[in-house]
Amino acid sequence: MKEAKGVVLKNLTKKFLTQDGKEVVAVDNINLEVNPGEFITLLGPSGCGKTTTLRMIAGFETPSSGEILIGNQIVDNLTPDKRDTALVFQNYALFPHMDVYNNVAYGLKIQKKSKSEVSERVNKILDLMKMEDMIYRVPSQMSGGQQQRVSLARALVMEPGVLLFDEPLSNLDAKLRLHMRYEIRKIQQKVGITSIYVTHDQEEAMSLSDKVVVMNKGIIEQIGTPQEIYQKPINEFVANFIGAANILDAEIIEYNEGIVKINIYDKEYTVNVDKVYEARQKVRILVRPEGITIDKDDFDALVTKSVYMGDNQEYEVDFNGKIVQINNHNPFGKKTYKENEILKFGFDERSIHIF
Amino acid sequence: MKKNKITFKARWHHFKQKLTKTTRDPIMMMTILFVITALSLFIIYPLYKILRESFMLQGNFTLTHYEKAFTLPSNLEILRNTIVLGFTVAIISTIIGFIFAYSNAYLKLPNKKIFNAIAILPIVSPPFVIALSTILLFGRKGLITNGLLGWTNTNVYGFKGLVFVQVLTFFPIAFLLLVGLLQKIDPSVEEAARDLGASRWNVFKTITLPLMVPGLANAFLLVFIQTVADFGNPMVIGGNYTTLAVQVYLQGIGNYDIGGGTVLAVILLMISISLFMIQKYFVGKKSYITVTGKVSRARELITDKHIIRPIYYFNLFITFLVGLVYALVPLGSFVKLWGIDYSLSLSHYKYVFDVGLEPIKDTTMLALISTPITGILAMIIAFLVVRREFIGKNFIEFTSMLSIAIPGTVIGLGYVITYNQKPLVLTGTGIILVIAFIMRTMPVGIRSGIASLQQIDPSIEEAAHDLGASSAKVFTSVTLPMIRPAFFSGLVTGFVRSMTLVSTVIFLVSAKYNMLTVAILSQVDVGRIGVASAYSTILILIVTVAIWIMKMLLSRLGASQGDFEI
Ligand SMILES: Nc1ncnc2c1ncn2[C@@H]1O[C@H](COP(=O)(O)OP(=O)(O)OP(=O)(O)O)[C@@H](O)[C@H]1O
Ligand SMILES: [Mg+2]
Repeated sequence: MKEAKGVVLKNLTKKFLTQDGKEVVAVDNINLEVNPGEFITLLGPSGCGKTTTLRMIAGFETPSSGEILIGNQIVDNLTPDKRDTALVFQNYALFPHMDVYNNVAYGLKIQKKSKSEVSERVNKILDLMKMEDMIYRVPSQMSGGQQQRVSLARALVMEPGVLLFDEPLSNLDAKLRLHMRYEIRKIQQKVGITSIYVTHDQEEAMSLSDKVVVMNKGIIEQIGTPQEIYQKPINEFVANFIGAANILDAEIIEYNEGIVKINIYDKEYTVNVDKVYEARQKVRILVRPEGITIDKDDFDALVTKSVYMGDNQEYEVDFNGKIVQINNHNPFGKKTYKENEILKFGFDERSIHIF
Repeated sequence: MKKNKITFKARWHHFKQKLTKTTRDPIMMMTILFVITALSLFIIYPLYKILRESFMLQGNFTLTHYEKAFTLPSNLEILRNTIVLGFTVAIISTIIGFIFAYSNAYLKLPNKKIFNAIAILPIVSPPFVIALSTILLFGRKGLITNGLLGWTNTNVYGFKGLVFVQVLTFFPIAFLLLVGLLQKIDPSVEEAARDLGASRWNVFKTITLPLMVPGLANAFLLVFIQTVADFGNPMVIGGNYTTLAVQVYLQGIGNYDIGGGTVLAVILLMISISLFMIQKYFVGKKSYITVTGKVSRARELITDKHIIRPIYYFNLFITFLVGLVYALVPLGSFVKLWGIDYSLSLSHYKYVFDVGLEPIKDTTMLALISTPITGILAMIIAFLVVRREFIGKNFIEFTSMLSIAIPGTVIGLGYVITYNQKPLVLTGTGIILVIAFIMRTMPVGIRSGIASLQQIDPSIEEAAHDLGASSAKVFTSVTLPMIRPAFFSGLVTGFVRSMTLVSTVIFLVSAKYNMLTVAILSQVDVGRIGVASAYSTILILIVTVAIWIMKMLLSRLGASQGDFEI
């Protein structure tokens, strides 16, 4: 395997001109550094510029300004065929007139590798993907999951410096998606390849990545590990986009070396923090639904919704005119509340995040 | 694996189900019966009569006609001519059509709209306008050959002239087919190849072209079928290079040798139908494009100068040729004596108005009568074929599609020998001309009707049915409005094609009803190119005005601009 390459985006911007002459800023001055061998995910709502970013890295779109480095080399003047990237497409984009073997061998043949090398590398990768008994199938004779595996094999066999994915699993059904997610991660770790993965599925992003890049309207909101993104979102957009979020008003009572006392609806909590706060400062806090403990005496609220999910009992309660979501894990044998009953709850101090 | 055999019982059960379904709905049953009768009477039966006649001599079975036909050296040459011409024209047309289609779908070119319009022009224009102006350009007194180059002894009549004319006439067929297919190729497939290191040329060679092979074969065959069936162009510019379609007419009508004519017609029909079968059941089925399905995103158009420039100039050249060819006919009609006296004159129009306004009136009137009938009938057949299960469906589908492949001269000859005797004497009447118009123009309408119906979810119609609408009501209140574009374009093309039809009608004109196209042909025949140009100009004018009026009327009725794709 060749060495994995890092990717750097510097002040990268892409503007499109629409049919009616308007300018759309699809990617707005973003900066990003991807280390060699890292798996990072671009996550964000539809239209936030993920695909555009990925296609600029692959060379299919020309940046309006800024630059891209792959393996410390500026690639702005290289066409897609000259870049050391391989892209896995959302719709697989297999060559319909070629069988599995020839699909996977395509790039190597273009490079004029010897016959024996081509067949050795293709067979090795097909073994790795457990596709060795399908080499004579054509795309129309394969399921979506199988096609996606071929598509991945076709990219991997090139041993590219960077592997790019554009929502590769979105056309698969839920179960297969889970399975393929696991496969992708396993293979990526095995070959140690740098990967940039676009998705709008937060679970996919969390479970796959070393780092998640949350994008919104062409800018990067936050870059961090899955834990950082989920537990310490930088702002309310990120908090709301990743998982369910209860966001409440609160007031700092006192700050002392990484610890604050905070007043949440007249109850006092002690929370560890990274930032510096002042006494009496008004703040907003985030508590995830699973960070709320029921049958604690801090607050009481009217249950407006109660849904049994098997592993969870999910509540929505009316808390001072605000809807608060609560997850009570493993309801088996515990007391559950129905709608219009009063439920007592309190926050778990370790689960409170102050913006 | 166990083979799934359909038992007789299961088939019988299926048949009974279809039968009850068909008879339960009287209006639909009547419609089906009507359609089947019409197709049998005016497509199948005349063909049968031709076949029968080719084996008959004074009421007895004989092979004499075939013996004679196959021992005549001139006939063998005609057969060879037809095939050679078909090959040559189909290859060149497919190449030009592909270049036009590729530049349309893949390149960022200026003047694309003009290229498209010009590329479609020959489809909506009278078939031998190009032949006529080719004579004006390259004939003995031609503007280029004689006027520009000073040659005095050029002979445009024959193989080369015919190839030139037919290529300009038929490359649009290849263009339209190929551009549709190219647009359906998923750009991400080509991007994938590019991403894996292929240069643009490599992508074209290893991806685009292989994906298009079935389409190219298809285009080749469609053009081949048209070339073989073409009557007007070889008649005008073929000279000594006679083709089968022409010879059927010359033999059957010119020499009063019905027996010999029918044999040639049978041979011509065999060629056309075999090509059609290959096209429909072999090549037509083989397509990769449908495999890739939906196009994921718009294609990034190629902007490289060294790719664009040569193709641009090529397109420009062809466009210029077609434009020139169309400009020349009206010009020719206003010139006193082409090649000798270029002074402006209205003498040709005077001649037209003095001798023969009749063909103009007759043609327009009959075309106006047949157009709405064709339009509605085509949509009904499309509806039946796509949406209903009934006995005889295969027959309707097959026959109406087959009629695309039947050369007009064959049908013309068939009508002559079938309907000049009891019980149904129709030759010499306007009715047979209207029927000819309908039968010749309907298949195109059916095809576009089928195509657009297949894109509409049948559950919409089922919903209407479920809410209490009868079959007829569902058709008029739901189906027809939904396939409006196909219907409207069917009307326009139906009218245009009726106005410009030559091959079939040349057998059917009479003292009472002469047709415009036939009048043009006979003017060419006696060398009055100016008068022929005047007639053609009037024809072009009528067609243009008709298209324009229909657009106006229909947009008043609330049809959108997009409804008029021809
Ligand atoms: N070729 C183009 N021309 C004009 N606008 C474009 C073009 N491509 C993308 N855009 C616009 O740029 C913005 C970002 O598009 P992009 O495809 O990168 O979004 P995305 O994050 O991948 O969204 P999705 O999750 O829906 O795939 C959108 O507003 C889109 O409409
Ligand atoms: Mg996208």
